[in-house]
Amino acid sequence: MSTGGAPLVEVENLTVHFPLSAPSLLDRLRGTGRHRVVQAVDGVSLSINAGETLGLVGESGCGKTTLGRAILRLVEPTGGRVVIRGVDIAALPHAELRRQRRHMQMIFQDPYASLDPRMTVGQIIAEPIHTHGLGTGDTAREMVRDLMATVGLSERFINRYPHEFSGGQQQRIGIARALASQPDFIVADEPISALDVSIQAQIINLIERLQRERHLTYLFISHDLRAIRHTSDRVAVMYLGQVVELADAKQLYRRPLMPYTKALISAVPVPDPVVEAKRQRIVLQGDVPSPIDPPSGCRFNTRCPFVVEACRQHAPELLEIEPGHFARCIRISPLYPDIDAVAPGATPGLA
Amino acid sequence: MATPSSSLAVPPADAPRADAPVTGTSLGKDAVKRLRKNRLAVFGFVVVCIVVAASLVGPWIIERATGYTYDYIPTDPSLVNAQPPFTAPDGSFSWMHPMGTDDAGRDILARVLLGGRISLMVGVISTFVSLIIGITVGATAGYVGGKVDEAIMRGVDVLYSIPYMMVVIVLLAFFGGRSAIGQLVLLFIALGAVSWLTMARIVRGQVMSLKSQEFILAARATGVPASRIILRHLVPNTLGPVIVYATLTIPSVMLLESFLSFLGLGVQAPLASWGSLAADGIQNIAVFPWQLICPGLTMAITLFSLNFLGDGLRDALDPQMRKG
Amino acid sequence: MAPLLSVRELRTWFAEDALTAKAVDGVSFDLARGETLGIVGESGSGKSVTTLSIMRLIPQPPGRIVSGEIVFDGQDLRALPAEAMRRIRGKRIAMIFQDPMTSLNPFMRVSQQLMEVTRLHLGLSKAEAYEHAVQMLETVGIPDARNRVDGYPHEFSGGMRQRVMIAMALSCKPELLIADEPTTALDVTIQAQILELITNLKRDTGTSVILITHDLGVVAGMTDRIMVMYAGRVFETAPTAELFARPSNPYTVGLLASVPDPTDDAHAELYQIPGLPPDVARLPPGCPFAPRCARAERICREQSPPLIQLTPQHQSLCHFAQELYDAAGTPTAATGDEGAR
Repeated sequence: MSTGGAPLVEVENLTVHFPLSAPSLLDRLRGTGRHRVVQAVDGVSLSINAGETLGLVGESGCGKTTLGRAILRLVEPTGGRVVIRGVDIAALPHAELRRQRRHMQMIFQDPYASLDPRMTVGQIIAEPIHTHGLGTGDTAREMVRDLMATVGLSERFINRYPHEFSGGQQQRIGIARALASQPDFIVADEPISALDVSIQAQIINLIERLQRERHLTYLFISHDLRAIRHTSDRVAVMYLGQVVELADAKQLYRRPLMPYTKALISAVPVPDPVVEAKRQRIVLQGDVPSPIDPPSGCRFNTRCPFVVEACRQHAPELLEIEPGHFARCIRISPLYPDIDAVAPGATPGLA
Repeated sequence: MATPSSSLAVPPADAPRADAPVTGTSLGKDAVKRLRKNRLAVFGFVVVCIVVAASLVGPWIIERATGYTYDYIPTDPSLVNAQPPFTAPDGSFSWMHPMGTDDAGRDILARVLLGGRISLMVGVISTFVSLIIGITVGATAGYVGGKVDEAIMRGVDVLYSIPYMMVVIVLLAFFGGRSAIGQLVLLFIALGAVSWLTMARIVRGQVMSLKSQEFILAARATGVPASRIILRHLVPNTLGPVIVYATLTIPSVMLLESFLSFLGLGVQAPLASWGSLAADGIQNIAVFPWQLICPGLTMAITLFSLNFLGDGLRDALDPQMRKG
Repeated sequence: MAPLLSVRELRTWFAEDALTAKAVDGVSFDLARGETLGIVGESGSGKSVTTLSIMRLIPQPPGRIVSGEIVFDGQDLRALPAEAMRRIRGKRIAMIFQDPMTSLNPFMRVSQQLMEVTRLHLGLSKAEAYEHAVQMLETVGIPDARNRVDGYPHEFSGGMRQRVMIAMALSCKPELLIADEPTTALDVTIQAQILELITNLKRDTGTSVILITHDLGVVAGMTDRIMVMYAGRVFETAPTAELFARPSNPYTVGLLASVPDPTDDAHAELYQIPGLPPDVARLPPGCPFAPRCARAERICREQSPPLIQLTPQHQSLCHFAQELYDAAGTPTAATGDEGAR
């Protein structure tokens, strides 16, 4: 899956299932016990190269947040492997896992909720420094000041409390904290969704500048296609727990292969009235199915404009349709990549 | 609050270099500000302070002024009888006994103030005991969750179902009857042991809802060990409801104690608590009503005030949980 | 023809400890029948407070409508007694909110909530109201409406709940629909569905719509005119195409520039408006946008900006509105650079 070069993060067949309710005693006795699970993440494989930003886009319920947390093992995976910097994260004992966390950090969606309301900014940013023994006392304080300057916060406010700051500043505090342990890899989970539009641009610029200066690797999770397009080198599109398309960012937006991706891109309103008036929007019908009981076969078959009977029976694999461009659909193949051009009823992707 | 600006690499123009760090207004300070606006709560606080101060220094002052302590029985037989408040034996006005005397000629005010010491001590220390046990048990159950939580909470449920009075009475009957101090210590433990249950539930509930908060997840993501998460992040954030509940537990423990003393199981003579004073007083209620009214009124006022304070604290601390 | 809604110099202030938050400070606009007006702004712009003021839903302490005229179909809404206003709300002016989770009563069946509106305002009988409810759900595109109408809100998805809200709002065929960030909380594909629904319903019923949002893409596709608000004031009003083609206010220019453009190079630095959204309780003298403005000069910090009428349809609140308008008309219009202070 990687595009050459050493991948910093490798995810193999990662699965995260949440049990809903254990079967009742009666069910178990009768032998009809059936564990109902939420298949939040189902067999995801991808890799992220050092210094790269992989964008992860999808709508609510697609599992992108769960995937981000499972990669950092903040949520226990049910199956699969995660290897970061050559270390198998899933196999680590807890104490060692905590030490490894130094190298892999997270930026959260809700800037205020991710900060302890009873700690000062200085204490919040210093916590990773103290936890990993990177400095104490004055050294630590100096490091905190540097970090605050880096993210654009005046060091005057080092003794202030989170509720005294605006959303954008709170997010900067969160970013400073994420940087404090000098990580290589950062998962940014919807870092700008909760912010005002004019502040979003500030934070995006900050995140990108930090990547250049510190050679960071990002997993950038968002439902905002415009932000993903801007910040990512490659993009993975998720639907109901699976990666359905994976490509270089420019490629994905210019030439999406999957019907879902096309619909997603088409649904984004463009701030240009002329374009909006002319465009033909693909409006999907129906709701996203529940991850508890995903549709059989291709999970998108209930809403896909190109669906045929075979789609309900065969669960497609993620195949490389064009170099570096992967898609999960039985109606396209390397020979016939363009689903609009495929003959009705044809399924060239079925081996 | 200054309007902080945040440009990218260049420090904002409104940040003078020579500034010392500005101290922030913690949520606690905000809460205190709001508490001050609540008149009833302030009243409660003031009254409690007065009662505490009176209980601490009052007996000493009275001893200096009148020579009476809580158990001083006058040697002059003519003084060994019950006097109404502010009355001398000959019926004239006197400052000597603002609350009158009891059958044995003892000054009731001195006894009420001592009773205050005892009752407040019992209230505070028992609540403290219940706090320590409750927080420990509740935080552990709440954070660890799963089977450990189940086991602990089922234990709590069982303990809840035991009628506390029986337990306390049995404890006191079994281990009691030693020195007055020993009895007191026993009271502390018994009462504390009985009221930690609700504290544990409250703390557990708080911890469970906090557990799913993002800042806890952020602490885990940083690699902070569980013990430090509980101590540094969870417990301080549960303090709000805990403080409120503690402030409301003190009066209920005091009431419990007074009930026990009323039954004769609590504080033993020669020590006095408000409850035991009430017990003494009720025997003569028809003839010398002040013997019951004075300690009773003092206790009632103190309990009211503690409740007002507790209510005020709850209002002051609550919305801060959601600020931001 | 007389406008359906005419707002003049609306001021709604909130008492905040010792300070006064001037959430809406001199807002004026007209809304013609059948027109869709978009109100764009960020936190502190006053966009929501404006429409809540129109509906007279502002909590009286700490807020109050200090001054201004709100004329709806010839009637001064501020002068109406509370009972008369209540009859207008829901019947002639309807509102839908951002979060369908919290704007529907979780303990009442959807049918009951829909029926409440029609029985109250249209005097329908129970049976009539029930039928009406089913029809409304079908109109807003809820599949299997007859079977689902008796469900509870939690049995519907977010997009479905928003449709229910729209059904409730349109039950009495209001003349004005106010939609406050109706799709912000929804996924983008669901957003597309809801926006399409609103467009179709509008076309079928001729309702006027005020659409409040922070998303410039949404207003681009949905509105006839746009009003840009900042710090409780209207900074620019123009027909939609004109606003995008010839933005004549530095704030509008900044907003438009800071939205990532899919045709841009990835990783190019985005234009960002420096600084923070305003605190309407502590506004500086002069123009409230001056601290963040790329174009600001001394006059901006001293004098309140004038409202410049650039064309009969296009106005901008800025000392340099004309200059920006003219510059935008030339083919190589430049966007502002980073803030001078």
